[in-house]
Amino acid sequence: MNKKKKGIASYWQYYLMLIPGVIVTFIFSYIPLYGVIIAFEKYNVGLGFSSPWVGMENFRYLFSQPTFTRTITNTLFISVWKLALGVVVPVTIAILLNEMRSEKLKRFYQTLIYIPNFLSWIIMAGVLMDILASTGAINVILMKLGFHSVDFLGNAKIFPWTMIISDVWKGFGYGTIVYLAALTGIDPALYESAMLDGATRWQQIKNVTIPLLMPTIILMTVLSLGSVLNAGFDQIYNLYSPAVWETGDVIDTYVYRLGIQQAQYSVGAAVGLFKSLVSAILVVVSYRLADKLAGYRIL
Amino acid sequence: MEKKKKGVSVFDVILTIGLGIICITCVLPFIHLLAVSFSSSSAVAAGRVGFWPVEFTAASYEYVITGGRFLHAMGISIERVILGTLLNIVLMVLTAYPLAKEDLPFRGILSGFFVLTMLIGGGMIPTYLLVSGLGLKDTIWALILPGALPVYNMIILMNFIRGLPHELEEAAWIDGASPFRTLWSVIFPLLGPSLATVGLFSMVGHWNDWFAGMIYMSDPMNYPLQTYLQTLLVDFEKLLQSDTTGNIQDILSKMNARTGRAAQLFLGALPIMMVYPFLQRYFTKGLTLGSVKG
Repeated sequence: MNKKKKGIASYWQYYLMLIPGVIVTFIFSYIPLYGVIIAFEKYNVGLGFSSPWVGMENFRYLFSQPTFTRTITNTLFISVWKLALGVVVPVTIAILLNEMRSEKLKRFYQTLIYIPNFLSWIIMAGVLMDILASTGAINVILMKLGFHSVDFLGNAKIFPWTMIISDVWKGFGYGTIVYLAALTGIDPALYESAMLDGATRWQQIKNVTIPLLMPTIILMTVLSLGSVLNAGFDQIYNLYSPAVWETGDVIDTYVYRLGIQQAQYSVGAAVGLFKSLVSAILVVVSYRLADKLAGYRIL
Repeated sequence: MEKKKKGVSVFDVILTIGLGIICITCVLPFIHLLAVSFSSSSAVAAGRVGFWPVEFTAASYEYVITGGRFLHAMGISIERVILGTLLNIVLMVLTAYPLAKEDLPFRGILSGFFVLTMLIGGGMIPTYLLVSGLGLKDTIWALILPGALPVYNMIILMNFIRGLPHELEEAAWIDGASPFRTLWSVIFPLLGPSLATVGLFSMVGHWNDWFAGMIYMSDPMNYPLQTYLQTLLVDFEKLLQSDTTGNIQDILSKMNARTGRAAQLFLGALPIMMVYPFLQRYFTKGLTLGSVKG
């Protein structure tokens, strides 16, 4: 960079370029941010964001509702399992793909596993509802094998696992990309010297591949912490039913039903604010951790 | 790969077959869906359809074409994808270029203004009240304006612009080009792969979104395709029973809710499958571009 000291006025065209982005962001991100003030008000359509102040009343009401507190445990259960399996499964598949001899076949496999990630949860929900129905493909197979049919979407005990497994199924292929990229960066000489020492394939994976993949694994785990309160609205909303609310109702589906369907805007905003604050803290902590543990910075 | 050269072992065979089964499960449900959509209702109801149509019929697709609702919703989605992606690209480029200038006064504050929105937001309810308050409900702008500047993708672009050689820009300045002129004639043509990446992400995002359509459109005739498909998941059976248009009864005798739904879901996924080769080419780049450090 050559340092030319120029007056701020000479930059006016650059500021002009920024104006549309600043305006759009101000209106659609900062005004709603101010709008969370209704979480402390009793929202009145006529008065809008300056409705009567009620302090912590909405929060007190919320935390006295068992239907709300259970959404926190449900959210944590579903999302922690999704995050954990969302790391373990892609890492395993990436390592296995990396062990394949045929480059052509490996690329073909990759082409297949990335596809579900790009389809909407509407399409996926439609597919899942079809194959998981009592007369659907999975139950037809189960019954042919002599098992009882399973109510994957209607049984409250099974529903969270249906969500966890189908989410991992949709996303694992896409998740392998980062790990495969890290694997191609490993020096082949390391494997050669391991083989000279008589290491088996499994020993090579255990002693060379996994340790060298560890920084990437830690980084991806830490970065996913920020979304621990997102259990997956698109997926759950389209597959759940009142029969499974006990285990399947999560924070986001609760906000939607309360805030938009029942028009209880203030209480809905209070849930949103609670979630947003916890998530923001988690994001800051996780980016600090990522910087410390893996030297990662977004800016 | 040059690392392992020995002969094929039992391990390799098990690995290839095992992985093959896992990878196939990612597409089998869609092949089943396609088979269901081309099968007769009686074959589907009897559970006789696997991965190949049984008693082949295109009645479900005939229903989709003559019904009109599907095509109407698809038109709205296409309009949204075109307008939304163009707006995304214009705003991302216009914002990323100045922010990539290291010597821009107040650059830190300005970047912070955008990055903060990734950390904390007002959430679903205040955004909904704002969009309704602005009178955007039941217009296409409710689907486009709230996400007009995708900040994360803008940062990917910004990091890419920072990686471009400075000499090009300096040559343009010496020729007396203004910043706008430089952006348009020098920087923009160089954005190729990174713009393709974020552009494709925008397109897929707009095509796949259903939620904005559900909350901001009160008239179902304004639903984009994915929102319309969402209503099918809930009550397509009822919709079919109440349908009495034209020669629909003839078509309905050969299809049912399951085959009709399968056909529409498949058609809803088709555009994504068509751009998938491009997606696959660019998204790996996108993921690695995003982690470039400044």
